[in-house]
Amino acid sequence: MIRKLAMGATALTMLSAVPVMAQDMIDVKLGVLNDRSGVYADLSGEGSVIAARMAVEDFKAAENGLKVEIISADHQNKPDIGSNIARQWYEVDGVNAIVDVPTSSVALAVAELTANMGGVLLDSGAGSTELTRGQCQPTTIHWTYDTAALANGTGSAITKDGGEKWFFLTADYAFGHSLEENTAAVVKDSGGEVVGTVRHPFPATDFSSFLLQAQGSGADVIGLANAGGDTVNAIKQASEFGITQAGQSLAALLFFITDVHALGVETAQGLQLTSAFYWDHDDKTREWSARFEEMHGAKPTMVHAGVYSSVSHYLRAVAETGTTEGPTVAAAMKATEFDDPLFGKGYVRADGRVIHDMYLYEVKSPDQSEGEWDVYNMKATVSGDDAFLPMIDECNFTADKG
Amino acid sequence: MATHEKSAVGMPMMHKAIFGVLLVFLMVLPFMVYPVFAMKVMCFALFAAAFNLLLGFGGLLSFGHAAYFGGASYVAAHAAKVWGLTPELAILTGTAAAAVLGFLIGSLAIKRQGIYFAMVTLAFAQMVYFFALQAEFTGGEDGIQGVPRGDLFGLVSLEDNIALYFFVLAVTFGGILALYRIVHSPFGQVLKAIRENEPRAVSLGYRVNRYKLLVFTLSAGFAGLAGATKSQVFQLASLTDVHWSMSGEVVLMTLLGGMGTVFGPLVGAAVIVSLQNYLATFGAWVTIIQGVIFVLGVLLFRKGIVGVIAGWLRHPL
Amino acid sequence: MFELLNISPQVLMGQLLLGLINGSFYAVLSLGLAVIFGLLNIINFSHGAQYMMGAFVAWMLLSYLGIGYWPALILAPLIVGAVGIVLERFALSRLYHLDHLYGLLLTFGVALIMQGLFRNYYGISGQPYNIPDALSGGRNLGFMFLPNYRAWVVVASVIVCFGTWFMIERTRLGAYLRAATENPVLVGAFGINVPRMITLTYGFGVALAGFAGVLAAPIYSVNPNMGADLIIVVFAVVVIGGMGSILGAIITGYGLGLIEGLTRVFYPEASSVVIFVIMAIVLMIKPEGLFGRAN
Repeated sequence: MIRKLAMGATALTMLSAVPVMAQDMIDVKLGVLNDRSGVYADLSGEGSVIAARMAVEDFKAAENGLKVEIISADHQNKPDIGSNIARQWYEVDGVNAIVDVPTSSVALAVAELTANMGGVLLDSGAGSTELTRGQCQPTTIHWTYDTAALANGTGSAITKDGGEKWFFLTADYAFGHSLEENTAAVVKDSGGEVVGTVRHPFPATDFSSFLLQAQGSGADVIGLANAGGDTVNAIKQASEFGITQAGQSLAALLFFITDVHALGVETAQGLQLTSAFYWDHDDKTREWSARFEEMHGAKPTMVHAGVYSSVSHYLRAVAETGTTEGPTVAAAMKATEFDDPLFGKGYVRADGRVIHDMYLYEVKSPDQSEGEWDVYNMKATVSGDDAFLPMIDECNFTADKG
Repeated sequence: MATHEKSAVGMPMMHKAIFGVLLVFLMVLPFMVYPVFAMKVMCFALFAAAFNLLLGFGGLLSFGHAAYFGGASYVAAHAAKVWGLTPELAILTGTAAAAVLGFLIGSLAIKRQGIYFAMVTLAFAQMVYFFALQAEFTGGEDGIQGVPRGDLFGLVSLEDNIALYFFVLAVTFGGILALYRIVHSPFGQVLKAIRENEPRAVSLGYRVNRYKLLVFTLSAGFAGLAGATKSQVFQLASLTDVHWSMSGEVVLMTLLGGMGTVFGPLVGAAVIVSLQNYLATFGAWVTIIQGVIFVLGVLLFRKGIVGVIAGWLRHPL
Repeated sequence: MFELLNISPQVLMGQLLLGLINGSFYAVLSLGLAVIFGLLNIINFSHGAQYMMGAFVAWMLLSYLGIGYWPALILAPLIVGAVGIVLERFALSRLYHLDHLYGLLLTFGVALIMQGLFRNYYGISGQPYNIPDALSGGRNLGFMFLPNYRAWVVVASVIVCFGTWFMIERTRLGAYLRAATENPVLVGAFGINVPRMITLTYGFGVALAGFAGVLAAPIYSVNPNMGADLIIVVFAVVVIGGMGSILGAIITGYGLGLIEGLTRVFYPEASSVVIFVIMAIVLMIKPEGLFGRAN
């Protein structure tokens, strides 16, 4: 840790010391690859492109010797389409880094391609811990959240609050399984137990029968290990079947502000959730979010914020190293700590996992909420080192160099 | 004289010329456009041509061809990645699996006709999809990723896009020529007879169901060849390839190009894949444009692009 | 037996009831599909999109005009039906002399366009639509808590389904319809305007889809993809019941809802595939469907 700090400090001084020549501008091309038409379009989509553009503006790229161009595409949540676009971007369009990439299956495909093509993957939207564990790559930077951080935030807080018996309602695909597994581990560690699990097809519209099974299980908490439209539907139907009124509580393990907005605070009130970012956190986030809202028409999600911060940090590293070569830039990003207006202080660990604080929020009740986006009360801060899983040795990409 | 006679019973001059021009064009294509895109077009062209064998010449509308296309891509990907087979063997394994699957499903489906036939094929394709989603080796939503491109015959590396391109060109072009050969063989003539008038074919002593089963199996096998090749190109097998909308897509390609024509499916596949590729940035508009093409195609160009051109030329294409 | 499978009779009862509720949607949707197929010989692949449109129209009526659930229950199907009539007049009517396949492809294209348009303008997260006040809350049945709205769904669908069945099978208008299905030329010769009847029938079938959409709006989120995958399930329901059989579509709709509910108890992952397994079996054994007439 001390070594890291020292490296960070020297890198910072270097950055300010190097004068920038106008003639050797570095061309940087960023590709925002996300869902622009499917279930994750609202939480990533065009908003991520706007966030990336804001990062470039705020970085004052031209003054720092960079000429940045941003392109975007829709991966439709399909790994084949995503990897096809990514390959084309690297091979034909000369893209240097791919940004956002929600949907774990697509992100894993793009991560491997990125490593082979010498780019950098700045992932904000995907949740799988595999990105920095089983399938880690030296050029993957996993910025915003992962399933373990969500589990550590929401899972342990609720279990310690007395929600000891859990029943999982899990989306039947890789992300859902991983979220369920991580949370179950946290629940057991915190002294709780898992009384049952039901896996639903992805995507699903009718959750009533699964909810009924959850109700019959005698659990205190129903953990929703799913995302986007599935979570929204499950919560809506839980309220309809009087599940929360009957004393069971719901835990939406991955929940975005856009989901709260879609449900309305009336239905979503009282839900606990973990997020890396909330627009109303402090002055800096409020200021940035207001600018974002002006362009996008909605408040940013944590994925949008993660895109902004990851692109900012990436551009700093490119300016510092004077190259867009993936492994070099990724190493530089890991060498320098960041102090970011949206995520605060944090660093990129050797395995590409970004370590920053996570927050536990509770959705406000309608009479507490003073506007359509005034939806969260903060309950706790989970420090980055507690939130994320420890690094595994195989993924320590900087060990041999240091 | 001998050559003239041969072309009369073999391939008409016109078709020979088109295939020749097409081959030359495909030889230079990878130096003009992105090779991976060109390979994708070729894989789908073969898929559509295989589908056309069944629909255009066999008169059977399958609404579950994704099962063979996607099934083969899973098997080939697994063979290359886990068993470490060389690309050509992986593709052969995938193709064989698709043909076997086609034989099994086909032997049940051919007992039904028209819309019922389509529904049986859809039902089985949904089961294959379910299997792909649930089975351990297919990786669920992730699919099988990071399939090595490997060395052809264990000798020639296919890592390079151009090398891979010519391998894919050989496979798909060979496949399309083989389909052409099948359609224009005595077997193909019997198929047409069955399509036009099944009772008469029966009364002439043909065992209609045997022919139908054979054409179904062949079509599934070639669809599998296309899917298996695609998995080697993209180094990935995923649920998209077995989803029912893929079955719909191949119908669209065949119809847009012109069903029952030799070159129609190739044109249809090229148009649709290009649309998806170049309009990707427009998000939902891709869906809308595809829908408009469907509607206009059905209302105005039922013979498809190639069918309309063939009408102008008064020559079957 | 229940103890053996570790499933309490309460849970089983609850699941069956929920299956019946889902079956209500299948029944109304497959009924519309069957009516259209019976008279027009067209497989209306845009049925799912029209169901989605029904939900969206209800939502739009509320958010733009302040028109609530009850008027929407009548208005939205009328609007969706009117759009359907335009589609029939300008496009579908040109295809009647052709193979079934073309009708299916045309409506498939229409579905893509509609879903794409709604996705472009309203995004994908879904729009909230609240349960009407009169039907909020629920009652405890002992084995489960039944929301009033779900009970209403069953009641509404039963009324609509059997009303339609009665109209087609037991009234003079229905007799004309059935006659026109058998022999349009002859019915036309009796002075009945067959093309208009066909148009109105299509409009009616589509309106049923719109009605199901309004029913669904308060319990599922109103989003552009809500009908996309439903269409092939409903399609399977119609095939199992027997293409064009009104009663077959209704009974199969409820029945498959129940079977799906059972599957959710024993093997939840398979609940999306069980209908297709049944369809394959039925087509193998009785290809004309459970209630269809053999030709």
